[in-house]
Amino acid sequence: MYAFEYHKPSSVEDAVAALSGKDDPKIVAGGMTLLPTMKQRLAAPSDLIDLGGIAKLVGVREDGGALAVGAMTTHAAVAGNDLVKSRIPALANLAEGIGDPQVRNRGTIGGSVANADPAADYPAGLVGLGATVVTNKREIAADDFFTGLFETALEEDELITSVRFPVPQKAAYAKFANPASRYAIVGVFVAQTDGGIRVAVTGAKGSVFRVAEMEQALSGNFSADAVAGIKVPADEMNGDLHASAEYRAHLVTVMAKRAVAAVG
Amino acid sequence: MPENGIGAPVRRREDKRFLTGKGRYTDDINRPGQLYAYFLRSPVAHAKVTRVETAQAEAAPGVVAVFTGQDMAADNVGSLPCGWTVTDRHGEPHKAPPHYPLVRDKVRYVGDHVAMVVAESYAQARDAADLIEVDYDELPAVVDTKEAMSGTQIHDEAPSNLCFDWELGDKDAVEQAMSQAANVVELDLINNRLIPNAMEPRAAIGDYDSGTDSYTVYSTSQNPHLLRLILCAFVLNLPESRVRVIAPDVGGGFGSKIYAYAEETCCTWAAKKVGRPVKWTAERGEAFVSDAHGRDHVTNVKLAVDQEGKFLALKVDTTANVGAYLSSFSTCVPTYLYATLLAGQYATPAIYANVKAVFTSTAPVDAYRGAGRPEATYLIERVVEVAARQLGMDPAELRRKNFIKPDQFPYQTPVALTYDIGNYEASLDKALEMIDYKGFPARKAEAETRGKLRGIGLSAYIEACGIAPSAVVGALGAGVGLWESAQVRFNATGTVSVMTGAHSHGQGHETSFAQLVSEKLGIPYENVEIVHGDTGAIPMGMGTYGSRSLAVGGSAIVRACDKIVEKGRKIAAHLLEASVDDVEFKDGQFTVVGTDRSKSMGEVAFTAYVPHNYPEGVEPGLDETAFYDPLNFTYPAGVHIAEIEVDPDTGITQIVDWVAVDDFGRVLNPMIVEGQVHGGIAQGVGQALLENCVYDKESGQLVTGSYMDYTMPRADDLPSFRVGMTVTECTHNPLGVKGCGEAGAIAAPPALINAITDAIGEEIDMPATAEKVWRVCQARFAQAAE
Ligand SMILES: Cc1cc2nc3c(=O)[nH]c(=O)nc-3n(C[C@H](O)[C@H](O)[C@H](O)COP(=O)(O)OP(=O)(O)OC[C@H]3O[C@@H](n4cnc5c(N)ncnc54)[C@H](O)[C@@H]3O)c2cc1C
Repeated sequence: MYAFEYHKPSSVEDAVAALSGKDDPKIVAGGMTLLPTMKQRLAAPSDLIDLGGIAKLVGVREDGGALAVGAMTTHAAVAGNDLVKSRIPALANLAEGIGDPQVRNRGTIGGSVANADPAADYPAGLVGLGATVVTNKREIAADDFFTGLFETALEEDELITSVRFPVPQKAAYAKFANPASRYAIVGVFVAQTDGGIRVAVTGAKGSVFRVAEMEQALSGNFSADAVAGIKVPADEMNGDLHASAEYRAHLVTVMAKRAVAAVG
Repeated sequence: MPENGIGAPVRRREDKRFLTGKGRYTDDINRPGQLYAYFLRSPVAHAKVTRVETAQAEAAPGVVAVFTGQDMAADNVGSLPCGWTVTDRHGEPHKAPPHYPLVRDKVRYVGDHVAMVVAESYAQARDAADLIEVDYDELPAVVDTKEAMSGTQIHDEAPSNLCFDWELGDKDAVEQAMSQAANVVELDLINNRLIPNAMEPRAAIGDYDSGTDSYTVYSTSQNPHLLRLILCAFVLNLPESRVRVIAPDVGGGFGSKIYAYAEETCCTWAAKKVGRPVKWTAERGEAFVSDAHGRDHVTNVKLAVDQEGKFLALKVDTTANVGAYLSSFSTCVPTYLYATLLAGQYATPAIYANVKAVFTSTAPVDAYRGAGRPEATYLIERVVEVAARQLGMDPAELRRKNFIKPDQFPYQTPVALTYDIGNYEASLDKALEMIDYKGFPARKAEAETRGKLRGIGLSAYIEACGIAPSAVVGALGAGVGLWESAQVRFNATGTVSVMTGAHSHGQGHETSFAQLVSEKLGIPYENVEIVHGDTGAIPMGMGTYGSRSLAVGGSAIVRACDKIVEKGRKIAAHLLEASVDDVEFKDGQFTVVGTDRSKSMGEVAFTAYVPHNYPEGVEPGLDETAFYDPLNFTYPAGVHIAEIEVDPDTGITQIVDWVAVDDFGRVLNPMIVEGQVHGGIAQGVGQALLENCVYDKESGQLVTGSYMDYTMPRADDLPSFRVGMTVTECTHNPLGVKGCGEAGAIAAPPALINAITDAIGEEIDMPATAEKVWRVCQARFAQAAE
């Protein structure tokens, strides 16, 4: 790790102010992704702006029929939150399946969403539920937020303050975990929402994506059989040591079936 | 028997400090004025080093010194030796190219040691390392075991990258039998390369005292005396009497901490150069690239079987990857610890093995939990299983038919070893009963209704532990003797300190050895303290590996206890005014035979140190040392059975049941033994299902260099193991014990792969990852659909 300046602002405004005029500032939330990268000397920010001192970024509250999850809410807090468990159990279940207890106790929804790891779980939850990412500047629909491999619509001086999840009628998340890291090799989130059926897939490509064909099929016949025959093409899939593109493409169908079955 | 004597499941006394954070590991130790070392490692797999420029690094903040291979050469620092000379098929010794602690002109694997930076803080050392300029003239890498002999030559001394081409057994007899046999079953197998991953990474502190011109070395070693011997006699040319090696609490070794590595050598040497203690602790990433790896064999095996299913002959051709350099014992692992085990539990009359060891541009490969024996067991138990399938015989019955029978012991195998005792059928029967073998077809049918493919797999393993009779290993090329030492010292007030040459790094010696002494001397368990891991405190010892500590080190303790009792009888006889021959020792009391007149062990010990009333001609004190050289290896054996279910949609294998029936001879502490079995199975499951060390074929980079990609087994990958025991006591050591540390890791891989191949009906190599299994399922369903 290289030397850096450390800042711990107590408001969003101060955090944004701290971001300006620095060489290469970085926000740190749970540090689960950023700190290992810094330790390996793959990242060398000049300044770290720690959001851990901003109390209002933590917690879950009702917001006009939706649930607003503060950016600094940890995965463990989401998994254990009564509102989330009763209103969107699939989201609690997704958070419960992230990494290991240490990661869940430190890692945050804001950090995960901002990082946009292609194998992260939350992107499937956000897109699958049609969530909205709330920043210090604006609101961005999840469908428009994840723009590519580790890329988002966030601007330089923009930080996530919360994520707003509309409550679905029913939803479920099925994850095929990487045996080593436990990130998603393929994770499929299926939800019956007011805006229709949504099927969002993470882990399989450079960024989270929806499967229109499955959504249509499920609109007519909400059953595992309806998606069983729908294959996503392998040519755009990620391939690595743990799963080839072909295997990932196959797993999208299998996990979609399982998620649909779990929705019931 | 005392309450906590032999056979009692005493809780491990060392766990209190481990579990409450009070353990004292090398990294917990800090010496006054200590500096920190960082090693600049090669980022490329194979290259000539044409220039190393250190001036800028030397000028960096906090830097005290930067050393390169040239500095060590100027000081006549030697090469790290390989301690076992293997003589090849043509009578030539193995190729032993130099292995300098810091490279002199070439790097040979990613992670090889290019320079050492010593600075006031670790961060400063690391920062300065970035300022060292190195010019690498890159050469092609060769990482693959199969392709090693046709790849770029890594050492001038080893054409075709061949370290040795070695054989064991009667080739003619085997070929003759093969040519006439009714069936020859053939298999090609890969024994996948593993990265040990002890929980505590390696660490070392070199501390030089100019006042006495002596060194203290703290190191994460499984055998401090051996490390001292290698450092002094082979590398740094120092008198052993001026070097003290301390291996304090060590957090797991699994073999990877047997060896003398570059880092502790450099820290020791540098401590004198800079005149201050020098400390190094590996980062996890360094552990991945630079700890000695395990296994990495490619094998073709043929088993000749007659009409009735009797094994006639076994032929094995193995290529073993030894990595870029020879680690301390890397030559004996794929030879004497491997091919000598190829009889397994079977009375196969003719066996021949040819082993070619090859250099590659990868980290050195050496002993890893089981060391050679898992590789042997894997191929035997795989080919036997496949034979059963091809002959349409029940795999349990085929094994039974070929077992060495109880009345055949001692049994001379065709591959050098003489098994002293065993009862393989007893373990098989018990395991079959525990798993309800007969009920398997019903369980398989039930699984099918849930869309799951259920499989069952057996593994009947044997291992050679308690390494080893010194004369035997000497004749086979070992550079050391493999005896063990013990010193049993009574203190005046009746407590006992036991200095053992064995080293505990997770095995629980402090508990089980204390139980042993408590039983032997009839004194309370609490009164016995076990001291180990410090060459300044214990007699010369050979350390812990190869499941030898109890069989060899424990036997030395027994011998030392016997000497204590012998001397105690003389003292007691004097106190009791009886003749020595009339005094017997039992349960801590010296008693005049046929009377109730007795003296306790404590009274005798006190008298020995306060000898006011004392026998003439007997020395004061009660402190005895014994060295024990084993008469033979010990032969733990057993049967493991795994039952699994494969999900054909994903290829995921779930282990649903596991039965382990082991014969470890006499058991000192059943709880510790069971724990060793559990840990061993976990590692074996890791190898069979999850773990795989992968180097990129083109670049030679380690692809699985972190836990993001290298899959360690976790609790949720494992079932609850069901452990059973059978007992035949070892015939040639005073305890009747055999050793249990490696059994699980040896037995587990074939049991699991046999179960998976049983379920999916196709051969598959380790690790049986979900994708590999899924591909087989896909192909079979596609076939079935046609
Ligand atoms: C061993 C391990 C296993 C894991 N397994 C999983 C898994 O199974 N599934 C999964 O989804 N994830 C997994 N993760 C990742 C984990 O969920 C992290 O919590 C997450 O990736 C980052 O969250 P963080 O709060 O730690 O962010 P940090 O590491 O602090 O930051 C990550 C990035 O986001 C930026 N950032 C943080 N907060 C904000 C904000 N409010 N606004 C704008 N930018 C921000 C930072 O600047 C940085 O670039 C794993 C991580 C580890 C170490």
